[in-house]
Amino acid sequence: MKTVLRVFTVCVFVFLYAPVMLLIFASFNAGTNLSIFSGFTLHNYAELFADGDLIRLMLNSVLVSVLSALIATVLGTAAAIGIFRMRKPMRKLVLQVTNIPMTNPDIVTGISLSLLFAFVGRVIKTESILGFGTLLIAHITFSLPYVILSVMPKLRQLNPCLNEAAQDLGYTPVQSFFKAILPEIMPGIITGAMTAFTMSLDDFVISYFVYGPQFSTLPIEIYNYTKKPVPSKIYALFTVTFFCILAIMVVMNLLQARDEKRKNRAFDGR
Amino acid sequence: MKKIALVLLTVMLFCAAFSACGTGDYTATINVYNWGQYISDGSDGCLDINKAFTEATGIKVNYSTFDSNETLYTKLKSGGVSYDVVIPSDYMVGMLISEGLVQELDFANIPNYSYVDEEYKHLPCDPEGKYSVPYTWGTVGIIYNSKYVTKPVTSWEIMWDEDYAGKILMFDNPRDAFAIAQFLLGYSINTTDEAELAAAAEKLAQQKDLVQSYVMDQVYALMETEEAWICAYYAGDYLYMADTNPNLEFCFPEEGFNHFVDSMCIPTCARNKKLAEEYINFLTDPEISGENMNYIGYSTPISQAKQYLDESVANSPVAYPDAETLSRGEAFESLPTETVTHMGELFNQIKASGSGFTTIAFFIIVGGLGVMIVYFWIRKKYRDNY
Amino acid sequence: MKNKAKLLATPYLVWMVIFIVVPLGVVVYFAFTGDDGKFTLSNLGEITTYLPTFFDSLSLAAVSAFICLLIGYPTAYVIAKAPANRQRFLIMLIMLPMCMSFLLRTLALVAMLEDQGIINNLLWSLGLNRVSLIRRPSAVILGMVYNYLPYMIMPLHSVLVKMDSRLIEASQDLGCNGFKVFSKVILPMSVPGIISGVTMVFVPAVSTFYISKKLGGTSTAMIGDIIESQFKTSYNLNVGAAMSLVLMVIVLICMGIMNKFTGDGEVDLL
Repeated sequence: MKTVLRVFTVCVFVFLYAPVMLLIFASFNAGTNLSIFSGFTLHNYAELFADGDLIRLMLNSVLVSVLSALIATVLGTAAAIGIFRMRKPMRKLVLQVTNIPMTNPDIVTGISLSLLFAFVGRVIKTESILGFGTLLIAHITFSLPYVILSVMPKLRQLNPCLNEAAQDLGYTPVQSFFKAILPEIMPGIITGAMTAFTMSLDDFVISYFVYGPQFSTLPIEIYNYTKKPVPSKIYALFTVTFFCILAIMVVMNLLQARDEKRKNRAFDGR
Repeated sequence: MKKIALVLLTVMLFCAAFSACGTGDYTATINVYNWGQYISDGSDGCLDINKAFTEATGIKVNYSTFDSNETLYTKLKSGGVSYDVVIPSDYMVGMLISEGLVQELDFANIPNYSYVDEEYKHLPCDPEGKYSVPYTWGTVGIIYNSKYVTKPVTSWEIMWDEDYAGKILMFDNPRDAFAIAQFLLGYSINTTDEAELAAAAEKLAQQKDLVQSYVMDQVYALMETEEAWICAYYAGDYLYMADTNPNLEFCFPEEGFNHFVDSMCIPTCARNKKLAEEYINFLTDPEISGENMNYIGYSTPISQAKQYLDESVANSPVAYPDAETLSRGEAFESLPTETVTHMGELFNQIKASGSGFTTIAFFIIVGGLGVMIVYFWIRKKYRDNY
Repeated sequence: MKNKAKLLATPYLVWMVIFIVVPLGVVVYFAFTGDDGKFTLSNLGEITTYLPTFFDSLSLAAVSAFICLLIGYPTAYVIAKAPANRQRFLIMLIMLPMCMSFLLRTLALVAMLEDQGIINNLLWSLGLNRVSLIRRPSAVILGMVYNYLPYMIMPLHSVLVKMDSRLIEASQDLGCNGFKVFSKVILPMSVPGIISGVTMVFVPAVSTFYISKKLGGTSTAMIGDIIESQFKTSYNLNVGAAMSLVLMVIVLICMGIMNKFTGDGEVDLL
């Protein structure tokens, strides 16, 4: 039974990674056709780095996701603490609304925001409301629930006496928050920030409805590319991002493993 | 954990600062909105026109693309965006003019307009020539792969041929798609008659099961890799595709075909009208136009540009068909908005109409879920009582 | 302190109202008005012509969610039972594709399944006949399963990993065989994970508009495709808004039914 399950899991991973591998192979392919290998080349990478537009788009994506993740994390953490202190009926209502962007189909969220922006644009009589600002707002909006929902459980686990103890020891409420509470809920905040960042980096559907010509992100441009013959440099870009994210994840993993080990050791020593 | 956060924060700030530098420069920029694959972009050693323009004038070009006139119209109509130059086809130019979405041009800033051939200066969609400067003209025809399509191709009827089921590509925009059905049925392609539109829709619905997919610019990849064998598309793009796959042939159907002119316009939402006119002027320069047509394969409305064309393009009977062939061509006129909306809705319905995967599967699933819910509910009740 | 802490949620509440509640209001407004801005039900009436498409989308999404569950559960189980270090690595491998462009990965899937694609070329070179793999409902389902499988595995894993192994031992001591342990102990305890996994697959799957376009044929248009074209090419905002509204309500109903199982609305998705 165990071997069957293991073989099955291996198959699932092969299934998940076959297309990814294909794209990585394609980045070294001399031809543009994905299904025919016509010789090894590094030319696609040279072209990628020579193409200022693609690099710029990628930086645009990073900029939007970093900013939206940061803002969403700050707003969301504050909100989670506030919501946690609310009385039950109010809390329930707020959490229900918070759930909307998560349970709503992306396309509906995108459409609703685009209708709102178009309406506001008409009211304040500006021709080009769609752009960096609207993208950022949209990304913050769909990231917020992820932050709140990853901070809330940590707050629930918090010892209710912690705050009082800190204040008894002479901390001001602000100090006690930063010194006592924040470190405790930090893992939740980091998970939330990371989720927000990755969701925002790869978001296409919502961005597609709220971007403007002055500022677009990589996924949108990739969508436009997939309508035309896709140039191989896109595959090169895919490969580069793949290995960057892989590297980041491996580093995070190692750090986490070290942290855990240290914690265990401290526990054993006690 | 603190360290991870610190590292992450530093990385993020670094990235943010880095990308802010990359996007900071917005001095003189125009937003150009054009068809996909519709400008010489520097690939394969040809001229990169936008870059050449920036070098010549110092104006940055923010270039984006659409894949049908309707997409362009929707984008302008929905608002919230600002474009300085757009390049719609004739009937859409007329529609944009009538809805006040484009503005009059100042021809003092477009001296190269004098190069444009007289016959393209007063098109039916813009009779006084106040709003538009022609960019290209072209035709729609059948592109087919002679390796697989052995029957003689002379008529649109081939796109309804069951022998090629699943290998046919159809336009993914209502106007071009309806025109094909209307040619076959012998109607005018500018009809506003509801019954005729309904008949055309019916004709398209009959074709649906034979069609591989409704596409626009995806035809390049699908035709070049021989995934599809027959498609209706623009003649200029045939020249581009045939470079990659020499098996592809082109046919001007006997029932008639659409003959169009794409023109450059400045929308009312433009912010840099003057710079936009400079761009239009640049593209109307005969040498630039010639270089451009060499790459995109469409036909130039500027006779003087022909001296800059490659032999193969200038003498191509597909790009520059003889007068007899051209006389079979018919131009789109702009239709009333209600007709356009109605046509769009009909087309959406054709694309959406029943697959039959489906309704049965749906009810089985709903039934299954219902049974499950009842089961769990009863079990829960039972346990609660326990 | 308590009252002040509540105020922390204020910025978020304002944000929530402006960018979640108001946009939905705008969608409702558009859904019930005509071009002239007057109240009408004709938009909802027009939807009836698209009913088969609604059915198609719902059943395709439901089937994909079910298959994701079938594949995802054993995988999540194997991962949850792996030793800590390997577990972290495997989870990373599951998360990695989620961060990569789904547009390109779908394109790679197309390149594999096409008539002139990799699998068919392989069959051809082996002297076998080409088979038609793409442009059928099963290809769309495959695409959805491929894209959304990680969203099923993650919540399942987080539930399974928290499960107390002593419970399983206890039930074995009490005489349960392997199957009974699974059906009476493990499965009921993983219901919250199943619910959130199914949600996270079903919601994006029912509203997708890229996967069906690329992998489906002319007969598998999904509701997302139609909504997208109403907003992006047909300029039919009112009908589009009405369709989004109906889609949203359907999804909400589905979620409501699912939440009945868990009793509490607060599910941790990550």
